[in-house]
Amino acid sequence: MDWEVVIGLEVHAQLNTATKIFCGCPTTFGAEPNTHTCPVCLAMPGALPVLNAAAVDKAIALGLAIGAELNRRSIFARKNYFYPDLPKGYQISQYELPVVGRGSLTVQLADGVEKVVGVTRAHLEEDAGKSLHEAFIGQSGIDLNRAGTPLLEIVSEPDMRSSVEAVAYLKKLHALVRYLDICDGNMQEGSFRCDANVSLRRPGAAYGTRAEIKNLNSFRFLEKAIEYEIVRQRDILESGGQIVQETRLYDANRDETRSMRSKEEANDYRYFPDPDLLPLVLAESRIERVRDTLPELPDAKRARFMRQYALTAYDAGVLTAGRVLADCYEQVAAGVDGKLAANWVMGDLLGALNKAGIEIEDCPVPAEKLRLLVQRIEDQTISGKIAKEVFEEIFYRGGEVDAIIDSRGLRQITDGAAIAAMVDTIVTANPQQAADFRAGKDKLLGFFVGQVMKASQGKANPDQVNAILLERLQKG
Amino acid sequence: MELHESSLRELRQGLQERDFSSVELTTTLLKRISALNPMLNAFVTVTEGEALAAAATADARRAAGEDGPLLGIPLAHKDIFCTAGVRTTCGSKMLERFVAPYNATVVERLAAEGVVMLGKLNMDEFAMGSSNENSHFGPVRNPWHTGMVPGGSSGGSAAAVAAGLVPVATGTDTGGSIRQPAAFCGITGIKPTYGRVSRYGMIAFASSLDQGGPMARNAEDCALLLNVMAAHDPRDSTSHPAAASDFLRGLDRPLQGLRVGVPEEFFGAGLDPEVAAAVQAGIAELARQGAAVRSIRLPNNPHAVSTYYVLAPAEASSNLARFDGVRYTHRTANPADLADLYQHSRYEGFGAEVRRRILVGTYVLSAGYYDAYYRKAQQVRGLIREDFRRAFAEVDVIVGPTTPTPAFPLGAKNADPVAMYLADIYTIAVNLAGIPAASIPCGFTAAGLPIGMQLMGDYFADDLLLNVAHRYQRETQWHRTHPSLQAGEV
Repeated sequence: MDWEVVIGLEVHAQLNTATKIFCGCPTTFGAEPNTHTCPVCLAMPGALPVLNAAAVDKAIALGLAIGAELNRRSIFARKNYFYPDLPKGYQISQYELPVVGRGSLTVQLADGVEKVVGVTRAHLEEDAGKSLHEAFIGQSGIDLNRAGTPLLEIVSEPDMRSSVEAVAYLKKLHALVRYLDICDGNMQEGSFRCDANVSLRRPGAAYGTRAEIKNLNSFRFLEKAIEYEIVRQRDILESGGQIVQETRLYDANRDETRSMRSKEEANDYRYFPDPDLLPLVLAESRIERVRDTLPELPDAKRARFMRQYALTAYDAGVLTAGRVLADCYEQVAAGVDGKLAANWVMGDLLGALNKAGIEIEDCPVPAEKLRLLVQRIEDQTISGKIAKEVFEEIFYRGGEVDAIIDSRGLRQITDGAAIAAMVDTIVTANPQQAADFRAGKDKLLGFFVGQVMKASQGKANPDQVNAILLERLQKG
Repeated sequence: MELHESSLRELRQGLQERDFSSVELTTTLLKRISALNPMLNAFVTVTEGEALAAAATADARRAAGEDGPLLGIPLAHKDIFCTAGVRTTCGSKMLERFVAPYNATVVERLAAEGVVMLGKLNMDEFAMGSSNENSHFGPVRNPWHTGMVPGGSSGGSAAAVAAGLVPVATGTDTGGSIRQPAAFCGITGIKPTYGRVSRYGMIAFASSLDQGGPMARNAEDCALLLNVMAAHDPRDSTSHPAAASDFLRGLDRPLQGLRVGVPEEFFGAGLDPEVAAAVQAGIAELARQGAAVRSIRLPNNPHAVSTYYVLAPAEASSNLARFDGVRYTHRTANPADLADLYQHSRYEGFGAEVRRRILVGTYVLSAGYYDAYYRKAQQVRGLIREDFRRAFAEVDVIVGPTTPTPAFPLGAKNADPVAMYLADIYTIAVNLAGIPAASIPCGFTAAGLPIGMQLMGDYFADDLLLNVAHRYQRETQWHRTHPSLQAGEV
């Protein structure tokens, strides 16, 4: 009998507020160690936390976007444990009453199937600092710049049944937080981090014992870690063993998970309500104010793209995967054929970006230029083939579409008389082929088209070349 | 009247009339401190140089035409308030060399009024204690009898004010730490309504109970200090938006028609008869001035001490986790590893009572015990609050003894923590409820030890308590009686 894998994800999204969650220090990444600190985030004696309202608004935005219950009253709690990069000896988090309650996220799988993944809760908390072990001999360095950076921990239900579903959910959530502009989504810098709870069971049976896998800072690592874990747990179960509830660390270099600590070694965090902070009370007016600022969300945008631009579900899905890409597409598609615009954005533009290792956010070609290029195809100034040449130019070297067309003499020849003259020359120069064509070798049309296009340096309008050639060849 | 026995009103008048300068006043008190502090041990740190400079600045401001109730007035802060550039020890070895780069809000606000800080006052370590014997810097002695404790945890503040080392001082009160030492030392102190006085920069013991307040030789001086201390502080989320008030305005209202409640629970077994008699006489004085006195019940008060000794240690166990040997605290020499660094830094840095409370607090928050202790105690706290709500529907002020006994001898209760905890039996419920309460002198024992009477009010009735205290002090002399002290006496 088969095993069914059960997966739940815990995602830590760093909220992109200008300042930390309980003090006024900047949250910018990469500063000199311990320069973005103050008595509050250094946990100096007598320093007290004051909640950053912008972090709360971002949590509300996520709650609204996933159709979640927003708790009108939530409580900050202290999670107590000792670690050198946790300066207070406790992390301020939310425990019994989180700000965001139950919601859900619908993910599109490759086969066109949609799956609803439950979100248990999302709560606000502060990040810890960083321990640096490399540059110090026999000692550790502590950098508290990150301490107090706002995090939203988004906990899913154990609703996913494969690594593919888990990756689809994570990608959907990743796109959503960036749409909402609540998190920069940078996985390398750790602003979007994921832990996975993985267990196996016989279909229909109760949940099995789970392992929590940490340190999954890319979609690929999530997929590989789950696949590794499935095999590891299956081997144990099938050889009659039992899964130990534990925390495991994914090692990308070895592509394996390793035990960090078992349940018995787990900390007793002694959560209790933080007496330094009042309960967080959300007024209806505040929730409505955030609702008014919400952008169009990915699912709604995808449906609109299909309707407005007559795109397939697949194309609309690709183009709405990110807000910047979607905005780019809409600018390109303004006033031109939507499908043609989609082909250019998804094919040529994304292809070139991918090849150059550039993100869409840093795209060197303004959308307006690409729109003009597509328009020049539509108005027959250039052919699609020539357009690729122009695109290469503007992508790698810049410049203006029309100026490149003119300076390189790429303008399409649509003058019927000029094309007819070229056709005449070619047909006259190849009497044998012309005779063969007339004798029924239809395939030779391609030969003549090629010759005419070559003679026109690719600039002759292919449709006109076709039509004039046929007429001339049939005339004899 | 001697300078060191003067009220703030008298000192301000002297400064206004150029009878003396702030520098002269400061010099006089610094001399008195250097003579008497070796005996009393009220000061942990004396900031002579800074004080004389601040006094000179205050004199210059006055010469330039400025005036204010606290301009050029010397005071000292309990060593729990962070002071930029001057070490703040909290009575602990853990912070023996800690110098904060910032001022507590209370310190900052008073400094802006032109007060002259003479130094930092001794206290029980991290404000945990009722006798001031838990200080890393040694016990404070009671100015009325140096074999007796001054009370705690603001024992240094109470002793310094009583001995005339400073006219006023700041204190903090988590379970009685302003009122109990005020009673033992024969001075006036008020724990304001929770949220009146900013806790920013005041080292936390139990955040939901801690409240700073003034300690002085009379109610009017408390009002003058509280006028500056009480203010909304955006840096403290528990600071009340309406924290500020003018506590002088209603100070002199007659007591005619005042409804006074006397809780039966405060006059039961364990109350010293001399204390009982003095407090009853104090209540009679209020009645003589026109107050209507009646008996009331606070049925859950007997649970206050045990409730407090779950909640306060729970919060403390977490609040004191930051003192971990990693940053600004004491750090053990040559730790073997991280666990060793934590264990030994904290074992060496904290005294026995602090360690005891951290252990208790850690226990009551632990998995499997949280519901039985912490959650249950929070429920009882709700009942205690409800007791007061019901009482204040019928009376304006609740009056009783501050402490069950007068000051006890040094060392008398060291071996028995529970006996020590019971010294706060009448003061703790007030902190659990968050209401204001004051202690004022109301007599002496036959052995010459002061006795304190406690006034409790509803939320934000701090002004009423000071009003009652002031009217009482207009007609009595207890607060004008000062200990006779000679240098070298022990």
